[in-house]
Amino acid sequence: MGAGQVRERALTRADAEAAAGTVTDPEMPMLTLLDLGVLREVTVRGAADGSEGAAVTVALTPTYSGCPAMATMRDDLVRALTGAGFDEVRVQVRLSPPWTSDWITERGRAALREHRISPPGTAGPRPSGPVPLRLTATRRLLACPRCGAEDTELTSEYGPTACTAIYRCTVCREPFEHVKEI
Amino acid sequence: MSHDTSGHESVYDGLVEDHGDVSGQWAFGTSFEDPLAGVDTTLPEGVDGADLAAYCLGLGDDALVLSHRLSQWCSRAPDLEDDIAVANIALDLLGQARLLLARAAAADPAVVPALPEGSPAPDEDRLAYFREAAAFRCTRLAELEHGDFAHLVVRLLLFSTARLALLHRLAASRDHVLAAIGAKGATEVTYHRDYAARWVVTLARGTEESRRRLLAALEQLAPWHPEQLEAHPVATRLAEAGVGVDPAGTADEVGAVLAQVLDEAHAAWPEAPPRAGVRGRAGRDGMHTEALGLLLAEMQVVARAHPLGRW
Repeated sequence: MGAGQVRERALTRADAEAAAGTVTDPEMPMLTLLDLGVLREVTVRGAADGSEGAAVTVALTPTYSGCPAMATMRDDLVRALTGAGFDEVRVQVRLSPPWTSDWITERGRAALREHRISPPGTAGPRPSGPVPLRLTATRRLLACPRCGAEDTELTSEYGPTACTAIYRCTVCREPFEHVKEI
Repeated sequence: MSHDTSGHESVYDGLVEDHGDVSGQWAFGTSFEDPLAGVDTTLPEGVDGADLAAYCLGLGDDALVLSHRLSQWCSRAPDLEDDIAVANIALDLLGQARLLLARAAAADPAVVPALPEGSPAPDEDRLAYFREAAAFRCTRLAELEHGDFAHLVVRLLLFSTARLALLHRLAASRDHVLAAIGAKGATEVTYHRDYAARWVVTLARGTEESRRRLLAALEQLAPWHPEQLEAHPVATRLAEAGVGVDPAGTADEVGAVLAQVLDEAHAAWPEAPPRAGVRGRAGRDGMHTEALGLLLAEMQVVARAHPLGRW
Protein backbone atom coordinates (compact mmCIF):
# COMPACT_ATOMS: atom_id res chain seq x y z
CA MET A 1 0.00 0.00 0.00
CA GLY A 2 1.42 3.35 -0.94
CA ALA A 3 1.10 6.75 0.65
CA GLY A 4 -2.25 8.47 0.16
CA GLN A 5 -4.24 5.30 -0.34
CA VAL A 6 -7.13 4.56 1.97
CA ARG A 7 -6.10 2.08 4.61
CA GLU A 8 -8.35 -0.80 5.43
CA ARG A 9 -7.17 -0.61 9.03
CA ALA A 10 -4.88 1.54 11.13
CA LEU A 11 -1.23 0.61 11.01
CA THR A 12 0.07 -0.67 14.30
CA ARG A 13 3.41 -1.03 15.96
CA ALA A 14 3.21 -4.75 15.15
CA ASP A 15 2.99 -3.85 11.44
CA ALA A 16 6.04 -1.64 11.77
CA GLU A 17 7.98 -4.27 13.68
CA ALA A 18 7.08 -6.90 11.13
CA ALA A 19 8.27 -4.71 8.23
CA ALA A 20 11.44 -3.52 9.98
CA GLY A 21 12.11 -7.08 11.07
CA THR A 22 12.59 -8.18 7.46
CA VAL A 23 15.53 -5.84 6.83
CA THR A 24 18.89 -7.61 6.80
CA ASP A 25 22.44 -6.48 7.48
CA PRO A 26 24.08 -5.40 4.20
CA GLU A 27 27.36 -7.11 5.05
CA MET A 28 26.00 -10.23 6.74
CA PRO A 29 22.68 -10.67 4.91
CA MET A 30 21.85 -13.90 6.71
CA LEU A 31 21.15 -11.72 9.78
CA THR A 32 18.19 -9.42 10.17
CA LEU A 33 18.93 -6.12 11.92
CA LEU A 34 16.77 -7.46 14.74
CA ASP A 35 18.90 -10.61 15.11
CA LEU A 36 22.10 -8.59 14.89
CA GLY A 37 20.76 -6.49 17.77
CA VAL A 38 21.20 -3.10 16.09
CA LEU A 39 17.45 -2.48 15.69
CA ARG A 40 16.65 -1.24 19.18
CA GLU A 41 13.16 0.20 19.10
CA VAL A 42 10.21 0.80 16.82
CA THR A 43 7.62 3.41 17.78
CA VAL A 44 4.51 4.42 15.87
CA ARG A 45 2.56 7.68 16.05
CA GLY A 46 -0.73 8.63 14.45
CA ALA A 47 -1.70 5.07 13.78
CA ALA A 48 -4.54 4.90 16.25
CA ASP A 49 -7.26 6.69 14.29
CA GLY A 50 -5.90 5.85 10.85
CA SER A 51 -7.13 9.18 9.49
CA GLU A 52 -3.69 10.76 9.38
CA GLY A 53 -0.54 9.30 7.95
CA ALA A 54 1.14 6.90 10.27
CA ALA A 55 4.62 7.92 11.34
CA VAL A 56 7.20 5.43 12.51
CA THR A 57 10.51 6.01 14.24
CA VAL A 58 13.20 3.37 14.32
CA ALA A 59 16.23 3.50 16.64
CA LEU A 60 19.48 1.92 15.42
CA THR A 61 22.67 1.33 17.41
CA PRO A 62 25.79 1.00 15.25
CA THR A 63 27.97 -2.09 15.79
CA TYR A 64 31.15 -0.03 15.41
CA SER A 65 31.58 3.77 15.43
CA GLY A 66 32.76 3.65 11.82
CA CYS A 67 30.29 1.05 10.60
CA PRO A 68 29.98 1.89 6.88
CA ALA A 69 26.71 0.00 6.58
CA MET A 70 24.62 2.46 8.61
CA ALA A 71 23.46 4.49 5.61
CA THR A 72 22.41 1.36 3.75
CA MET A 73 20.57 0.06 6.81
CA ARG A 74 18.73 3.35 7.09
CA ASP A 75 17.75 3.32 3.40
CA ASP A 76 16.61 -0.30 3.58
CA LEU A 77 14.49 0.44 6.66
CA VAL A 78 12.90 3.46 4.98
CA ARG A 79 12.12 1.37 1.92
CA ALA A 80 10.64 -1.52 3.92
CA LEU A 81 8.48 0.71 6.12
CA THR A 82 7.31 2.94 3.28
CA GLY A 83 6.42 -0.23 1.42
CA ALA A 84 4.35 -1.36 4.41
CA GLY A 85 2.29 1.84 4.16
CA PHE A 86 3.94 4.17 6.63
CA ASP A 87 3.93 7.75 5.37
CA GLU A 88 6.72 9.08 7.51
CA VAL A 89 9.74 7.04 8.49
CA ARG A 90 12.45 8.37 10.76
CA VAL A 91 15.62 6.48 11.53
CA GLN A 92 17.45 7.66 14.64
CA VAL A 93 20.87 6.79 15.94
CA ARG A 94 20.98 5.50 19.49
CA LEU A 95 24.54 5.59 20.80
CA SER A 96 23.91 4.43 24.33
CA PRO A 97 24.23 1.78 25.57
CA PRO A 98 26.86 0.76 23.00
CA TRP A 99 26.21 -2.30 20.87
CA THR A 100 27.65 -5.52 22.15
CA SER A 101 27.94 -8.83 20.32
CA ASP A 102 25.95 -10.28 23.23
CA TRP A 103 22.88 -8.69 21.60
CA ILE A 104 23.03 -11.11 18.65
CA THR A 105 20.01 -13.37 19.16
CA GLU A 106 20.04 -17.18 19.30
CA ARG A 107 18.32 -17.20 15.92
CA GLY A 108 21.06 -14.90 14.61
CA ARG A 109 23.78 -17.17 15.95
CA ALA A 110 22.17 -20.17 14.29
CA ALA A 111 21.98 -18.25 11.00
CA LEU A 112 25.67 -17.35 11.24
CA ARG A 113 26.60 -20.99 11.89
CA GLU A 114 24.46 -22.12 9.00
CA HIS A 115 26.38 -19.73 6.74
CA ARG A 116 29.74 -20.96 8.01
CA ILE A 117 30.49 -17.93 10.14
CA SER A 118 31.53 -18.61 13.71
CA PRO A 119 29.27 -16.74 16.16
CA PRO A 120 30.79 -14.69 19.00
CA GLY A 121 31.32 -16.02 22.49
CA THR A 122 30.16 -14.01 25.49
CA ALA A 123 31.61 -10.50 25.69
CA GLY A 124 30.35 -10.05 29.23
CA PRO A 125 30.38 -6.87 31.29
CA ARG A 126 32.89 -4.15 30.47
CA PRO A 127 35.77 -3.70 32.92
CA SER A 128 35.12 -0.98 35.47
CA GLY A 129 38.81 -0.29 36.18
CA PRO A 130 41.63 0.18 33.67
CA VAL A 131 41.31 -2.13 30.66
CA PRO A 132 43.88 -4.93 30.99
CA LEU A 133 46.46 -5.26 28.22
CA ARG A 134 46.44 -8.54 26.32
CA LEU A 135 49.89 -9.24 24.99
CA THR A 136 49.01 -12.65 23.63
CA ALA A 137 46.33 -13.31 21.05
CA THR A 138 42.81 -13.63 22.44
CA ARG A 139 42.17 -17.32 23.13
CA ARG A 140 38.82 -18.54 21.94
CA LEU A 141 37.58 -22.10 21.98
CA LEU A 142 35.96 -22.27 18.58
CA ALA A 143 34.49 -25.05 16.52
CA CYS A 144 35.16 -24.92 12.78
CA PRO A 145 31.83 -23.86 11.23
CA ARG A 146 32.49 -26.26 8.32
CA CYS A 147 33.74 -29.52 9.79
CA GLY A 148 33.09 -28.94 13.49
CA ALA A 149 36.67 -29.64 14.55
CA GLU A 150 37.72 -27.71 17.66
CA ASP A 151 41.26 -27.25 16.44
CA THR A 152 41.45 -23.77 14.96
CA GLU A 153 44.05 -21.04 14.72
CA LEU A 154 43.75 -17.27 14.55
CA THR A 155 44.97 -15.71 11.30
CA SER A 156 44.08 -12.12 12.15
CA GLU A 157 42.01 -10.24 14.75
CA TYR A 158 40.81 -8.04 11.89
CA GLY A 159 38.69 -9.40 9.06
CA PRO A 160 36.79 -8.29 5.97
CA THR A 161 34.21 -6.46 8.07
CA ALA A 162 34.71 -4.40 11.21
CA CYS A 163 33.10 -7.06 13.39
CA THR A 164 34.93 -10.21 12.29
CA ALA A 165 38.30 -11.89 12.87
CA ILE A 166 39.82 -14.44 10.47
CA TYR A 167 40.48 -18.01 11.60
CA ARG A 168 41.60 -21.21 9.97
CA CYS A 169 40.63 -24.77 10.80
CA THR A 170 43.75 -26.90 11.20
CA VAL A 171 41.81 -30.08 10.38
CA CYS A 172 39.89 -29.23 7.17
CA ARG A 173 42.25 -26.30 6.57
CA GLU A 174 39.46 -23.95 5.51
CA PRO A 175 39.63 -20.30 6.57
CA PHE A 176 36.53 -18.86 8.23
CA GLU A 177 35.28 -15.67 9.83
CA HIS A 178 34.49 -15.29 13.50
CA VAL A 179 32.29 -12.50 14.82
CA LYS A 180 34.36 -10.79 17.50
CA GLU A 181 33.22 -10.38 21.07
CA ILE A 182 32.87 -6.69 21.81
CA MET B 1 23.37 -10.27 -4.78
CA SER B 2 21.44 -13.54 -4.34
CA HIS B 3 20.44 -12.35 -0.89
CA ASP B 4 18.69 -9.29 -2.29
CA THR B 5 15.02 -9.51 -1.47
CA SER B 6 14.02 -5.99 -2.50
CA GLY B 7 12.95 -7.02 -5.97
CA HIS B 8 15.73 -5.39 -7.99
CA GLU B 9 15.98 -6.41 -11.63
CA SER B 10 19.74 -6.06 -11.97
CA VAL B 11 22.63 -5.93 -9.58
CA TYR B 12 23.23 -2.30 -10.52
CA ASP B 13 19.69 -1.29 -9.53
CA GLY B 14 20.61 -2.25 -6.00
CA LEU B 15 23.22 0.49 -5.94
CA VAL B 16 20.72 3.20 -6.70
CA GLU B 17 18.75 4.92 -3.98
CA ASP B 18 15.02 5.10 -4.35
CA HIS B 19 13.92 8.48 -3.03
CA GLY B 20 10.80 8.80 -5.13
CA ASP B 21 11.47 12.33 -6.37
CA VAL B 22 15.24 11.99 -6.72
CA SER B 23 16.17 8.99 -8.79
CA GLY B 24 19.40 7.57 -9.99
CA GLN B 25 21.72 8.66 -7.18
CA TRP B 26 24.44 6.28 -6.22
CA ALA B 27 23.67 4.87 -2.82
CA PHE B 28 27.20 5.02 -1.51
CA GLY B 29 28.41 8.47 -0.69
CA THR B 30 25.15 10.29 -1.37
CA SER B 31 22.96 11.81 1.29
CA PHE B 32 24.94 10.14 4.02
CA GLU B 33 23.14 9.94 7.33
CA ASP B 34 23.73 12.38 10.15
CA PRO B 35 25.86 10.41 12.62
CA LEU B 36 23.90 12.06 15.46
CA ALA B 37 20.43 11.82 13.88
CA GLY B 38 17.87 11.98 16.67
CA VAL B 39 20.53 12.21 19.39
CA ASP B 40 19.87 14.91 22.01
CA THR B 41 22.78 17.34 21.73
CA THR B 42 21.61 19.86 24.34
CA LEU B 43 24.54 21.25 26.29
CA PRO B 44 24.88 19.92 29.83
CA GLU B 45 24.14 22.60 32.43
CA GLY B 46 26.98 24.98 33.20
CA VAL B 47 29.09 24.04 30.17
CA ASP B 48 30.41 26.57 27.69
CA GLY B 49 29.59 25.53 24.12
CA ALA B 50 32.85 26.91 22.75
CA ASP B 51 34.84 24.92 25.30
CA LEU B 52 32.97 21.72 24.56
CA ALA B 53 33.45 22.23 20.82
CA ALA B 54 37.20 22.83 21.23
CA TYR B 55 37.48 19.71 23.37
CA CYS B 56 35.57 17.55 20.88
CA LEU B 57 37.67 18.92 18.02
CA GLY B 58 40.83 17.86 19.87
CA LEU B 59 39.70 14.26 20.32
CA GLY B 60 38.05 14.19 16.91
CA ASP B 61 41.08 15.60 15.10
CA ASP B 62 43.38 13.09 16.81
CA ALA B 63 41.21 10.31 15.40
CA LEU B 64 40.73 11.92 11.98
CA VAL B 65 44.39 12.69 11.38
CA LEU B 66 45.74 9.34 12.56
CA SER B 67 42.97 7.61 10.59
CA HIS B 68 44.24 9.36 7.48
CA ARG B 69 47.83 8.42 8.25
CA LEU B 70 46.81 4.78 8.71
CA SER B 71 44.77 4.85 5.49
CA GLN B 72 47.91 5.90 3.65
CA TRP B 73 49.29 2.48 4.58
CA CYS B 74 46.63 0.67 2.54
CA SER B 75 48.37 -1.90 0.30
CA ARG B 76 51.73 -1.16 1.94
CA ALA B 77 51.59 -3.29 5.10
CA PRO B 78 53.95 -6.30 5.35
CA ASP B 79 51.14 -8.75 4.59
CA LEU B 80 47.47 -8.83 3.67
CA GLU B 81 46.21 -9.49 7.20
CA ASP B 82 47.99 -6.45 8.57
CA ASP B 83 46.83 -4.37 5.65
CA ILE B 84 43.26 -5.26 6.63
CA ALA B 85 43.99 -4.70 10.31
CA VAL B 86 45.42 -1.22 9.72
CA ALA B 87 42.51 -0.28 7.45
CA ASN B 88 40.04 -1.54 10.08
CA ILE B 89 41.70 0.54 12.78
CA ALA B 90 41.61 3.56 10.49
CA LEU B 91 37.88 2.97 9.94
CA ASP B 92 37.15 2.77 13.68
CA LEU B 93 39.00 6.04 14.22
CA LEU B 94 37.19 7.68 11.32
CA GLY B 95 33.89 6.68 12.89
CA GLN B 96 34.93 8.20 16.20
CA ALA B 97 36.06 11.34 14.36
CA ARG B 98 32.68 11.74 12.63
CA LEU B 99 30.80 11.55 15.91
CA LEU B 100 33.18 13.91 17.70
CA LEU B 101 33.24 16.50 14.90
CA ALA B 102 29.45 16.34 14.67
CA ARG B 103 29.28 16.81 18.45
CA ALA B 104 31.64 19.81 18.17
CA ALA B 105 29.41 21.39 15.50
CA ALA B 106 26.30 20.88 17.60
CA ALA B 107 28.00 22.35 20.69
CA ASP B 108 29.14 25.50 18.90
CA PRO B 109 28.02 26.07 15.28
CA ALA B 110 30.54 28.93 15.04
CA VAL B 111 33.41 26.43 14.63
CA VAL B 112 31.97 25.12 11.36
CA PRO B 113 33.48 26.77 8.25
CA ALA B 114 30.97 28.52 6.01
CA LEU B 115 30.52 27.09 2.52
CA PRO B 116 28.74 28.54 -0.52
CA GLU B 117 24.94 28.45 -0.48
CA GLY B 118 23.69 25.05 -1.58
CA SER B 119 26.64 23.01 -0.44
CA PRO B 120 25.42 19.62 0.74
CA ALA B 121 28.48 19.00 2.93
CA PRO B 122 27.38 18.05 6.47
CA ASP B 123 28.98 19.78 9.44
CA GLU B 124 31.50 17.04 10.20
CA ASP B 125 32.70 17.10 6.59
CA ARG B 126 33.03 20.90 6.66
CA LEU B 127 35.16 20.58 9.75
CA ALA B 128 37.31 17.83 8.26
CA TYR B 129 37.78 19.26 4.78
CA PHE B 130 37.54 23.03 5.07
CA ARG B 131 39.62 24.01 8.07
CA GLU B 132 43.18 25.28 7.84
CA ALA B 133 45.94 23.45 9.70
CA ALA B 134 46.00 26.12 12.42
CA ALA B 135 42.35 25.34 13.25
CA PHE B 136 43.13 21.65 13.86
CA ARG B 137 43.42 20.63 17.52
CA CYS B 138 45.17 17.24 17.24
CA THR B 139 48.32 16.47 19.19
CA ARG B 140 51.38 16.40 16.99
CA LEU B 141 52.06 12.66 17.44
CA ALA B 142 49.05 11.88 15.21
CA GLU B 143 50.22 14.01 12.30
CA LEU B 144 53.92 13.09 11.99
CA GLU B 145 55.11 11.77 8.63
CA HIS B 146 55.32 8.00 8.19
CA GLY B 147 58.31 5.85 8.84
CA ASP B 148 58.43 2.07 8.46
CA PHE B 149 56.07 -0.52 9.94
CA ALA B 150 57.87 -0.33 13.29
CA HIS B 151 57.10 3.41 13.30
CA LEU B 152 53.44 2.62 12.60
CA VAL B 153 53.07 0.20 15.51
CA VAL B 154 55.02 2.34 17.99
CA ARG B 155 52.92 5.40 17.15
CA LEU B 156 49.74 3.34 17.38
CA LEU B 157 50.81 1.99 20.77
CA LEU B 158 51.52 5.45 22.20
CA PHE B 159 48.37 6.90 20.67
CA SER B 160 45.94 4.14 21.60
CA THR B 161 47.31 3.70 25.13
CA ALA B 162 46.66 7.38 25.87
CA ARG B 163 43.33 7.36 24.02
CA LEU B 164 42.01 4.25 25.73
CA ALA B 165 42.72 5.62 29.20
CA LEU B 166 40.92 8.80 28.19
CA LEU B 167 37.88 7.26 26.46
CA HIS B 168 37.42 4.85 29.32
CA ARG B 169 37.04 7.79 31.73
CA LEU B 170 34.99 9.78 29.24
CA ALA B 171 32.28 7.12 29.50
CA ALA B 172 31.32 8.77 32.81
CA SER B 173 30.91 12.23 31.20
CA ARG B 174 27.87 14.33 32.11
CA ASP B 175 27.50 14.99 28.39
CA HIS B 176 25.69 11.87 27.27
CA VAL B 177 26.98 12.15 23.69
CA LEU B 178 30.59 12.17 24.88
CA ALA B 179 29.80 9.41 27.37
CA ALA B 180 28.44 7.22 24.57
CA ILE B 181 31.42 7.97 22.30
CA GLY B 182 33.76 7.15 25.18
CA ALA B 183 32.08 3.86 26.06
CA LYS B 184 31.92 2.72 22.44
CA GLY B 185 35.35 3.99 21.45
CA ALA B 186 37.01 2.32 24.43
CA THR B 187 35.95 -1.14 23.24
CA GLU B 188 37.40 -0.39 19.79
CA VAL B 189 40.65 1.16 20.97
CA THR B 190 41.21 -1.82 23.31
CA TYR B 191 41.69 -3.90 20.15
CA HIS B 192 43.96 -1.26 18.59
CA ARG B 193 46.20 -1.09 21.64
CA ASP B 194 46.50 -4.87 21.91
CA TYR B 195 47.33 -5.13 18.21
CA ALA B 196 50.04 -2.47 18.45
CA ALA B 197 51.49 -3.83 21.70
CA ARG B 198 51.83 -7.35 20.28
CA TRP B 199 53.62 -6.05 17.19
CA VAL B 200 55.96 -3.94 19.32
CA VAL B 201 56.94 -7.04 21.32
CA THR B 202 57.17 -9.19 18.18
CA LEU B 203 59.49 -6.77 16.39
CA ALA B 204 61.57 -6.05 19.49
CA ARG B 205 62.16 -9.74 20.04
CA GLY B 206 62.31 -10.76 16.38
CA THR B 207 65.43 -10.41 14.26
CA GLU B 208 68.33 -8.07 14.85
CA GLU B 209 66.99 -5.87 12.05
CA SER B 210 63.41 -5.75 13.38
CA ARG B 211 64.71 -4.88 16.86
CA ARG B 212 66.93 -2.15 15.46
CA ARG B 213 63.99 -0.60 13.61
CA LEU B 214 61.67 -0.90 16.59
CA LEU B 215 64.12 0.84 18.91
CA ALA B 216 64.76 3.54 16.31
CA ALA B 217 61.03 4.21 16.01
CA LEU B 218 60.70 4.40 19.78
CA GLU B 219 63.62 6.81 19.98
CA GLN B 220 62.04 8.99 17.31
CA LEU B 221 58.47 8.99 18.65
CA ALA B 222 58.93 8.98 22.43
CA PRO B 223 59.57 12.75 22.61
CA TRP B 224 56.12 13.41 21.07
CA HIS B 225 54.32 11.22 23.59
CA PRO B 226 54.17 13.58 26.64
CA GLU B 227 52.10 16.14 24.72
CA GLN B 228 49.22 13.65 24.76
CA LEU B 229 49.18 13.73 28.56
CA GLU B 230 49.59 17.46 29.06
CA ALA B 231 46.89 19.37 30.85
CA HIS B 232 45.21 22.02 28.69
CA PRO B 233 42.97 24.82 30.01
CA VAL B 234 39.98 23.61 27.94
CA ALA B 235 40.27 20.01 29.18
CA THR B 236 40.86 21.19 32.74
CA ARG B 237 37.74 23.35 32.72
CA LEU B 238 35.63 20.57 31.23
CA ALA B 239 37.05 18.02 33.64
CA GLU B 240 36.07 20.28 36.53
CA ALA B 241 32.56 20.45 35.05
CA GLY B 242 32.37 16.62 34.94
CA VAL B 243 32.22 16.61 31.15
CA GLY B 244 35.80 16.14 29.92
CA VAL B 245 38.85 14.23 31.10
CA ASP B 246 42.10 15.88 32.16
CA PRO B 247 44.71 13.79 30.32
CA ALA B 248 47.26 14.53 33.04
CA GLY B 249 45.18 12.36 35.33
CA THR B 250 45.72 9.35 33.06
CA ALA B 251 49.53 9.61 33.07
CA ASP B 252 50.11 6.92 35.72
CA GLU B 253 47.86 4.41 34.02
CA VAL B 254 49.35 5.14 30.58
CA GLY B 255 52.88 4.90 31.97
CA ALA B 256 52.14 1.55 33.60
CA VAL B 257 50.78 0.05 30.37
CA LEU B 258 53.75 1.29 28.33
CA ALA B 259 56.17 -0.02 30.96
CA GLN B 260 54.49 -3.41 30.75
CA VAL B 261 54.90 -3.51 26.97
CA LEU B 262 58.50 -2.26 27.03
CA ASP B 263 59.38 -4.75 29.75
CA GLU B 264 58.03 -7.58 27.61
CA ALA B 265 59.92 -6.11 24.63
CA HIS B 266 63.17 -5.93 26.65
CA ALA B 267 63.38 -2.26 25.80
CA ALA B 268 63.76 0.92 27.85
CA TRP B 269 61.95 4.23 27.45
CA PRO B 270 64.35 6.57 25.60
CA GLU B 271 66.02 9.36 27.58
CA ALA B 272 65.31 12.08 25.00
CA PRO B 273 63.50 15.18 26.38
CA PRO B 274 59.88 15.88 25.35
CA ARG B 275 59.27 18.03 22.28
CA ALA B 276 58.34 21.45 23.51
CA GLY B 277 55.63 23.56 21.95
CA VAL B 278 56.23 27.00 20.51
CA ARG B 279 55.94 29.66 23.25
CA GLY B 280 53.93 27.14 25.26
CA ARG B 281 51.57 26.30 22.41
CA ALA B 282 51.29 22.84 20.83
CA GLY B 283 48.81 20.79 18.80
CA ARG B 284 45.77 21.49 20.98
CA ASP B 285 46.37 25.22 20.37
CA GLY B 286 46.73 24.77 16.61
CA MET B 287 50.54 24.86 16.63
CA HIS B 288 51.52 21.97 14.36
CA THR B 289 54.44 20.49 12.49
CA GLU B 290 54.83 20.96 8.77
CA ALA B 291 53.58 17.40 8.27
CA LEU B 292 49.96 18.38 9.06
CA GLY B 293 49.78 20.98 6.28
CA LEU B 294 50.99 18.45 3.74
CA LEU B 295 48.59 15.80 5.02
CA LEU B 296 45.64 18.19 4.81
CA ALA B 297 46.61 19.32 1.34
CA GLU B 298 46.17 15.74 0.18
CA MET B 299 43.13 14.93 2.31
CA GLN B 300 41.20 18.11 1.49
CA VAL B 301 42.06 18.79 -2.13
CA VAL B 302 39.05 17.12 -3.76
CA ALA B 303 36.46 18.48 -1.33
CA ARG B 304 37.91 21.99 -1.58
CA ALA B 305 37.84 21.88 -5.37
CA HIS B 306 34.13 20.94 -5.31
CA PRO B 307 32.43 22.58 -2.32
CA LEU B 308 29.05 22.01 -3.96
CA GLY B 309 29.79 18.40 -4.91
CA ARG B 310 27.56 15.52 -3.92
CA TRP B 311 29.45 12.38 -3.07
